[in-house]
Amino acid sequence: MIRKVIRGSAPAVVFGIGGLLLWEFAMRFLAPESFVLPPPSEIFVAFIEDFDTIWQATKNTGYIVVTGLIAGVILGVVWALLVSRFRLADETLTPLAISVNAIPIIALAPIFNAWYGTLSPVSNQAIVIILVFFPVFINTTKGLTTVEATELELMRSYAASRWEVTKTVRIPNAMPLFFTSLRIASSLAVIGAIVAEYFGGRQDALGPLIVQNAAFTQYPEAWAAVAAGSMMGIVLYLISGGFEKVAMPWKADVDTAGL
Amino acid sequence: MSETVHAAVEISNATKVFNPGKPNEVRALDHIDLSIEDASFVSLIGPSGCGKSTLLRLMGALTHPTEGEVAINGKSADQARLDRDYGMAFQTSGLFDWRTVTQNIELPLQLMGWSKSDRKARAAEMLDLVKLSEFGDHYPRELSGGMQQRVSIARALSFRPSLLLMDEPFGALDEMTREHMQTEVLDIWGKTGKTIVFVTHSIPEAVFLSQRVIVMSPRPGRIALDIAVDLGERVFETRESPEFFDKITEVREALRFKGDSE
Repeated sequence: MIRKVIRGSAPAVVFGIGGLLLWEFAMRFLAPESFVLPPPSEIFVAFIEDFDTIWQATKNTGYIVVTGLIAGVILGVVWALLVSRFRLADETLTPLAISVNAIPIIALAPIFNAWYGTLSPVSNQAIVIILVFFPVFINTTKGLTTVEATELELMRSYAASRWEVTKTVRIPNAMPLFFTSLRIASSLAVIGAIVAEYFGGRQDALGPLIVQNAAFTQYPEAWAAVAAGSMMGIVLYLISGGFEKVAMPWKADVDTAGL
Repeated sequence: MSETVHAAVEISNATKVFNPGKPNEVRALDHIDLSIEDASFVSLIGPSGCGKSTLLRLMGALTHPTEGEVAINGKSADQARLDRDYGMAFQTSGLFDWRTVTQNIELPLQLMGWSKSDRKARAAEMLDLVKLSEFGDHYPRELSGGMQQRVSIARALSFRPSLLLMDEPFGALDEMTREHMQTEVLDIWGKTGKTIVFVTHSIPEAVFLSQRVIVMSPRPGRIALDIAVDLGERVFETRESPEFFDKITEVREALRFKGDSE
């Protein structure tokens, strides 16, 4: 098991370390004046020195990301269930979802700040929710509605009710697409939260930390905060993948039976 | 169970028109009369577009006739569906990926409110019938195509419907697996005494399996010929017997005649 994990991740680790070394080398020897993009070693040092500040900022941003992500995913799933179940919901809520998605969402940030107060986290959460719900909604709806005709006819021959069809066929059928959208949503949530924080919300969060450090030309510190955001995204992505494995055992690696 | 002498399937004067009144109107079935005896094995055969699947779907209440009547066990097809009088198997096995083999077989029983222990017992019995006892905990995608079809037949039979409707269930299997499955399905038919209606486009398959082969012709879908097949008990040698080839020739002639008349 452990050997399998090591073997599976070895190429990525080698590639990553190689990339960082190349970056370090390029910055040190090829472009020594380029302080805008510091070498990774300086970013690492800044990360360690500023750890307390970065950790606090990561926790604050993480709160926005996780709460917004959960609310947005719930909204997307409920919306998808309604649309796939009721024709009227499909005819009204689907165009609404598409219209909401067409809004340049970041452009709403200053408006939300005006609504909820510049230092309130609510406007940031609202941005994350709106950003996250759409991919979840679109993918889950597709999964709920693209069921094979044979499967529906079988359920009909069992005289199954609509709810039984939803529960035993449509929802499991939607799981792979739902989890794909969850992975997309988890990364989007981090992006949405940090960019929303540029415009307002708590000041001890990753967004403001990046802005302030960049403004004072403290690029290693700014990059260290960016790295913290990336790590948050990766962790959320991995957690989404973990849920996926647990929720869909039939997709897990299998020993093929005899024939 | 019941003492009634209703035919398993009684179709009178059934016509099915798709898209009536539109430019793409299709008369899939034209004034079909067909009576199928209880506990018999009947095949529907014909070229693509002859309406054989539509006829099967009428029996299963998956579609309704434009004109005419369909009665299953003396009831309307819809009532028979609600009474769960028939099991279905299709060309694609229609197994649910997310359920193990046992859970797939248990699905209709679960919908019918069976207790967990009764479901388990029946699923085990069905797996034994289709000779897949060791595979109960596997997921469908771990099984070969032939095994998947056996599971789908086990599922169709799990709640003991009186009528089994099969729509080209072996169409996607290779020839050897197919012959093996034919023997299996005859074995199951002998053990369970179900009425089986079997749609196929393979002449040897129809002849080997059935007591009656209904030859259909297309545009509009009609019954061209109703051929009785009496080959006694089917064994390995049946496929090599002159009687078997005679019947195959008879069915082929019936199909060819219709094709050439266009």
